Amino acid sequence: MTYHLQDNLFDEDVAQEPIRSGFGRGLKAAGGDNESIVALCADLTDSTKMGDFAEAYPERFIEIGVAEQNLVTVASGLARAGKIPFTSSYAAFSPGRNWEQIRTTIALNNQPVKVIGSHAGVSVGPDGATHQMLEDIALMRVLPNMVVIAPGDSVEAEKATRAIATNDKPSYMRLAREKTPIFSTDESPFEIGQAYVLKEGSDISLLGTGTMSYQLLVAARLLVERGISAEVIHVPTIKPIDETTIMTSVQKTGRVLTAEEAQAAGGFGSAVAEVLSEKMPVPILRVGMQDRFGESGEPDQLLKEFGLTGEAIAEKAYDFVKKVPRYKKGY
Amino acid sequence: MSGQLTVSQLNEKANKIRQDIIRMLENAGSGHSAGPLGLADVLTALYFNIMNFRASQPEWPERDVFFLSNGHTVPVQYAAMAEAGFFEVDELMTLRKFGSRLQGHPERELLPGLENTSGPLGSGLSQAAGYAYSLQYLDDQKHRFVYCVTGDGELNEGNIWEAAMFAGKYKLSQLVVFVDRNNIQIDGTTEDIMPLEDLRGKWESFGWHVQEIDGHNIESIIDAASMARAITNKPSVVITHTIPGKGVDFMEYDYKWHGAPPNTEQAREALKKLRTLNGKITSGDEA
Repeated sequence: MTYHLQDNLFDEDVAQEPIRSGFGRGLKAAGGDNESIVALCADLTDSTKMGDFAEAYPERFIEIGVAEQNLVTVASGLARAGKIPFTSSYAAFSPGRNWEQIRTTIALNNQPVKVIGSHAGVSVGPDGATHQMLEDIALMRVLPNMVVIAPGDSVEAEKATRAIATNDKPSYMRLAREKTPIFSTDESPFEIGQAYVLKEGSDISLLGTGTMSYQLLVAARLLVERGISAEVIHVPTIKPIDETTIMTSVQKTGRVLTAEEAQAAGGFGSAVAEVLSEKMPVPILRVGMQDRFGESGEPDQLLKEFGLTGEAIAEKAYDFVKKVPRYKKGY
Repeated sequence: MSGQLTVSQLNEKANKIRQDIIRMLENAGSGHSAGPLGLADVLTALYFNIMNFRASQPEWPERDVFFLSNGHTVPVQYAAMAEAGFFEVDELMTLRKFGSRLQGHPERELLPGLENTSGPLGSGLSQAAGYAYSLQYLDDQKHRFVYCVTGDGELNEGNIWEAAMFAGKYKLSQLVVFVDRNNIQIDGTTEDIMPLEDLRGKWESFGWHVQEIDGHNIESIIDAASMARAITNKPSVVITHTIPGKGVDFMEYDYKWHGAPPNTEQAREALKKLRTLNGKITSGDEA
């Protein structure tokens, strides 16, 4: 199956939109489908894009105030009463501040609360390190029962929102603040737990989650010019991770690069490394934040500084392919 | 279950629940003694008079719900549930054992009749408030009530006051909270560790209707719940003054029994104290 990509992916005027906007549309649509859906926000309604839902269904929107511990625990109680609560804040605060409440009252308690962490990653920009959440993937993917999703663009975020509205499980979805290129289309598939091959290749598997998947498409295009055939796989669901698609790719390419706008330690790259080290120890290079916090700056400036652009990733991938022999069974 | 037992029978039931607690904890070899013994009268009043539920149908949609916020006191809830018919009393002896439905701290998914998973302090009140919000604003079920028990040491937690603000703002009048005011926590007395007074004033300033009662007078507990249900424009808190370790004189008032179970000898002695009301009557069981 070929993944349906936008036509003008690499044009200057490629369509861009914040991923969080797709969440806003998806939540409103899901709310129309199901009256059990309620939305709770911790004083960030507009910036987390809950405003459309709040306007359409005011009786199902609950303002919690700046109280993230209460945000998720009230949601747990609402879930016990048969509701499907979506909670939103910045990822630095939820799940950053209220992780234990999520662990006990949502994950262990196994309630279908949806934790939406917006403004994740360094691309938050000028707000600086306090607000640039980089540890959320690591925090959430270690929780039993929890589904973890980082959509690649706003179109996919809308689909992912509707998907977690009906999966009956505790779920975390990571969103970004800035506009990012839209690479998927209305026709592109999205299923929880499924990874997608965006471009086929034979020398290296480039695995991305969230906003980094587009950057991998850019990297793969640059690598072609340098004689390297890169396969690009978009992995929106970090947990449960799609082992089949990943293993099928690496059996062909024998090398892996992962990319995420998060700490490389414990995050998406680590999740992939866990799969590979048990199934087939393919050489892996994890692109992400290398044991450091972000800082204030313009989003583009920061992504460049931390090597999270297509150009920087292409350089790393090129060196990696040149230096590291591909995995062969038995070596 | 409601209104079927006399006050005298309720007192006997509370005594039976205390004996269950001693046996459970002695058998488990770990757990908390003081809080569960102190709360026996409150839980008896809830499960044998105040709350509407069907033990044979835990998910009965018309039920009142109970959220335990201070999960470490769950032995008293397990004992009350067993006495109320949710499961066999014999199962109480599996407390804290491998494979038991009666986990050291309550886990909702394992035991039908539990409404929440709790243990880490400060979160149960929010869960109760979320449920109460649903009843009042989303479900239009005015006849159902949400009861919650919190500890007093637990009120150190910031999450509690976030919930208190929330319930006050939304005037969650179907929420009735019993604060177990036993004045102890693990490291000492509440007023030494982190003072709570003026406790009444704190709750009032958050927009709650406040009552203060003797937590060992079952009629007072039932009356307070009745009053709370009649308050229709505020959430209700009942500051329930209890004696930690109540019923076993050598455990009473002593914070060292907060987190400790009785050994075999202490359990035998404690059961004797409970059967004889600390030596004031002769127990048939002892004859």
